[in-house]
Amino acid sequence: MAEIVSLADGIAEVVHDGDIVVMEGFTHLIPFAAGHEIIRQGRRNLTLVRMTPDVIYDQLIGMGCASKLIFSWGGNPGVGSLHRFRDAVENAWPQPLELEEHSHAGMANRYVAGASGLPFAVLRGYVGTDLAAHTDTVRPIICPFTGETLTAVSALSPDATVIHAQRADRKGNVQMWGIVGVQKEAVLAAKRSLITVEEIVDTLDPKPQQVVLPSFATSYVALAPGGTNPSYAQGYSLRDNAFYTAWDTISRDRDTFLTWMREHVMRPEHVARPQ
Amino acid sequence: MTVTAARQLHNGTVCFVGIGLPSTAANLARMTHAPDVVLIYESGTLGAKPDRLPLSIGDGILADTADTVVSVPEVFNYWLQPGRIDVGFLSAAQIDRHANINTTVIGADYAHPGVRLPGAGGAPEIAASCREVVVVVRQSLRTFVDRVDFITSVGFGHGYGDRERLGLTGAGPRVVITDLGILRPDPETRELTLVSVHPGSTPEQAQAATGWALAVSPELTTTEAPTERELSVLRRLEATLEGGRGVL
Repeated sequence: MAEIVSLADGIAEVVHDGDIVVMEGFTHLIPFAAGHEIIRQGRRNLTLVRMTPDVIYDQLIGMGCASKLIFSWGGNPGVGSLHRFRDAVENAWPQPLELEEHSHAGMANRYVAGASGLPFAVLRGYVGTDLAAHTDTVRPIICPFTGETLTAVSALSPDATVIHAQRADRKGNVQMWGIVGVQKEAVLAAKRSLITVEEIVDTLDPKPQQVVLPSFATSYVALAPGGTNPSYAQGYSLRDNAFYTAWDTISRDRDTFLTWMREHVMRPEHVARPQ
Repeated sequence: MTVTAARQLHNGTVCFVGIGLPSTAANLARMTHAPDVVLIYESGTLGAKPDRLPLSIGDGILADTADTVVSVPEVFNYWLQPGRIDVGFLSAAQIDRHANINTTVIGADYAHPGVRLPGAGGAPEIAASCREVVVVVRQSLRTFVDRVDFITSVGFGHGYGDRERLGLTGAGPRVVITDLGILRPDPETRELTLVSVHPGSTPEQAQAATGWALAVSPELTTTEAPTERELSVLRRLEATLEGGRGVL
């Protein structure tokens, strides 16, 4: 059964130095508060995994938390580059960042394989591209029934998956709706998981096209209202598009970035913020 | 460019849409000549009908107005992979004479790139599995290169027959729309050929913005100018982006 804990305790329990860590959320429900807590706890040498690294991984990379990134699209959606990601790849700042690069379809299937307890997944993909030559988690495989050559991608089985959802009940059952991305698969693929939520309620009344993660399938739930800002939680908050645009300027310069992180993420009142 | 891209979609076409120009073009088509075009966004929203332009691929308005919202594995495995989608829109940082696309790195050395680009996203499988692909890209010597530095998404490989040899199920790029004109693959060689120039542009300008000897169709035409209606709907759509916010 999932245990309901504070955000700080939850991160301390699930994310350790050197871990393979997934934080998913497809534009919607990105777990920013949890990412900031990982930065404040000073985690190092993480292998960060995410289909669309987004601003949250730009912040983790720029603060020196990551030594490797497994991903399929690394940009600031609708705005442009992720400058901290690019600075790490192009100039090894603040440290070198090893890349393992896939397509969205490949990443999604890697989570499915992990969630299914299989060592790999099969898809039609990557054929004719230069991606496979740079990624040893992509291999050709022959169908035993038809003889057709398909593509195998190895399973993702992260040490920890951290996501944000709309609600949980007091037993730790989690409910999310709207664009649900690949979070269910990412949680089920992981050894440990933490789900931050907008609110904890007595009963989860049904929502259209909801995804429910039963309490027995997750490790920890933490209350973090607004914990997805500047991303959004359908029914609770709006995406702060102006911040995504502003991030382009904030993140372009190393000192401006560090100053912003010190003022907005690292200050003691953030660390001590009651949950 | 946007109007020409919108005209590629017919009423009822099932279209895989990315954010930016493709999303604008697809919604323009839906609000003008193709009211029943089906928009599928890779965030898992099938049949989205936004009344304003979405600001991101995961904008709440897409989920609110969709026929159904599915997971990301489902959108790729059940909907894209088996060939249920008619048209996929792609853009490119580099495109070559056989319409291969690079969105990964600029520079020959992958490990030490001159410019690190965002990467593949959904593009490789869109290029492989949509029944056909429409590429929309500004034409310049930087983007139109003889060979791409990295093949992120396959157009026609090295030419005729390569897609079939690779086992790719979709037909590949049917048309490339630029700010100067329209290119189509030659039926025999699969080399991109200039078939139309936009009003005010010339084949010489297109050649000057292309990093190889650009083939020009003997039946070169001039692109039909946007109509008043297309332009007014486009302006109204674009105005929804200004000061726009995600919805609850």
